[in-house]
Amino acid sequence: MTFYEKILELEHFDLKKSWNSITDKIVQKAIHKYTLNTLDFLALLSPAAEKYIEEMAQIAHKLTLQNFGKVIFLYTPMYLSNYCVNSCAYCGFNAKNKILRRTLTLEEVEVESKIIAETGLRHILILTGESRAHANLDYLLACVNILKKYFTSISIEVYPMDKKEYQQLIKAGVDGITIYQETYNRSRYDQVHLAGPKKDYRYRLEAPERAGEAGMRSINIGALLGLADWRFDAYYTGLHAKYLQDKYPGAEISISLPRLRPHVGSFQPVNMASDKDLVQTMLALRLFLPRVGITISTRERAEFRDNLVRLGVTKMSAGSCTEVGGHSQNHSSAGQFKISDERSVTQVKEAILNKGYQPVLKDWQYI
Amino acid sequence: MRDVLTIGGKELTNRLFLGTGKFPAKSIIPKVIKNSETQVVTVAIRRVDLNGEQENILNYIDKDCILMPNTSGARTAEEAVRIAHIARAAGCGNWIKIEVINDNKYLLPDNYETIKATEILAKEDFVVLPYVSPDLMVAKALVNAGAAAVMPLGAPIGSNRGLKTKELIRILIDEIDLPIIVDAGIGKPSQAAEAMEMGADAVLVNTAIATADDPIKMAAAFNFAVKAGRLAYLAGPGAEKIHGEASSPLTGFLR
Ligand code: SF4
Repeated sequence: MTFYEKILELEHFDLKKSWNSITDKIVQKAIHKYTLNTLDFLALLSPAAEKYIEEMAQIAHKLTLQNFGKVIFLYTPMYLSNYCVNSCAYCGFNAKNKILRRTLTLEEVEVESKIIAETGLRHILILTGESRAHANLDYLLACVNILKKYFTSISIEVYPMDKKEYQQLIKAGVDGITIYQETYNRSRYDQVHLAGPKKDYRYRLEAPERAGEAGMRSINIGALLGLADWRFDAYYTGLHAKYLQDKYPGAEISISLPRLRPHVGSFQPVNMASDKDLVQTMLALRLFLPRVGITISTRERAEFRDNLVRLGVTKMSAGSCTEVGGHSQNHSSAGQFKISDERSVTQVKEAILNKGYQPVLKDWQYI
Repeated sequence: MRDVLTIGGKELTNRLFLGTGKFPAKSIIPKVIKNSETQVVTVAIRRVDLNGEQENILNYIDKDCILMPNTSGARTAEEAVRIAHIARAAGCGNWIKIEVINDNKYLLPDNYETIKATEILAKEDFVVLPYVSPDLMVAKALVNAGAAAVMPLGAPIGSNRGLKTKELIRILIDEIDLPIIVDAGIGKPSQAAEAMEMGADAVLVNTAIATADDPIKMAAAFNFAVKAGRLAYLAGPGAEKIHGEASSPLTGFLR
């Protein structure tokens, strides 16, 4: 059964009603179980679980220490192109937005790489909008060839692809994929993805499975919290991660918890997840899936990010810039969203050390 | 008589091996090594950054220690072999701890692929220390494949659950002529002592030291525990009695 088929099945299930029926006793029992099932996970996301957040945090902290140690992995994004044929209502790169657009030349990719590598970072995440005309597979393969000289781990956050394409990228040196479903709620998905190939919910949803089939080493998924009911998306994200973990045990599965940020355009979140909601989501995920990585980006404020270090986060971006060429050039294009944590890599490293954690800049080796 | 453990031609007088992942800062590792008195330190090649002065974990490891690079991240024998080659090319010596894990949920080793990798690397003159789930047939195959020691897990990596596989490890200790090094699962010094008392030749500890509130102190605690356990083993503990009865209720009539 693919995860899409699972979703169709799950849609018959009234989540709101279930959440309202969760009692304190159910929550307490779920918190202290050694292995949690999907119903326990549901209980931890319920309104009733809110008052147990400290208790959950204690366990999440312990589980994260055991499984990952006192370390935080760091990476930085490199935007290759902001051309996009899609119209996602919440995104600055939306095809309808009149912004400065460009694609890095291979020479520029080299310059960006050099500058980023000087910070000591060895893990890079390359991003593009969805426009095969401006950044096709061959372009990505050529970029990877350059990046390999500077980085030991290369992840991609680009448009969804076929298994064959993923295989080619893996062969070239890519070891990770990040792809967000944005929202698992199908009708909401259709509403906010106004036009373009991204309207195809299923093709996007099954991209991590195609990457898994292709042998991708790490798979990072997530929902853009705030697009739909955060509880709903948090629950589905957890189920999706569990599904992938069961199906591709050799892959490292991780979850990002991005929240909507202001950008060019006027989209407002329907259901903003508060700091507390985000923390509850993170803790529930950690208790449900102790081995899954959790990523927090610079969308979040510096102080908030630092506080999350002890709660289950395993990976953070640092020294980020969401503009194409942003690491080496000044404001030559528009950014995808506004970042909140504008500290340099050195500053982020120091902050992590001050929390009693080791910033790890290299955790993979191209083999 | 000196109590030494010989592996790959090296004589070790300390039987606590140390893992280097998971520490709150690389800068405390030298002190941890000093307090643990360890002579063998394992590093994940995936984490070694030869190009970063401050970031290179190797710069924090005492030059007198034996480096035991590990193949963490390998999912197949082939990947483990490739990582071993990278380790050798990086000047990390010829010891290699084989970790082949294709299960990110429980982090349990793939014994079959581990045997394959052991065979290949032993032929290439590596001193091979394979990490496995304790199983007698697997251990025998590792002996034939040319392993220098067998490293059975006490419990899954990072679980801190102690010697859950005690009875299986005991069989390896009794039946296998190679050093048996208990790796993974040991959460407390008392559990390390328990493994040594039972006759394990050494233990490898990482999580329990690295994530302690005071890793430097905990390193010393493990050092003492391993020594105490070893001493107890050499002293030959009295046989354990199931019931503390003074007389012989079943065979007393024979007198
Ligand atoms: S979210 Fe991605 S696909 Fe959608 S408009 Fe932005 S860049 Fe394009």
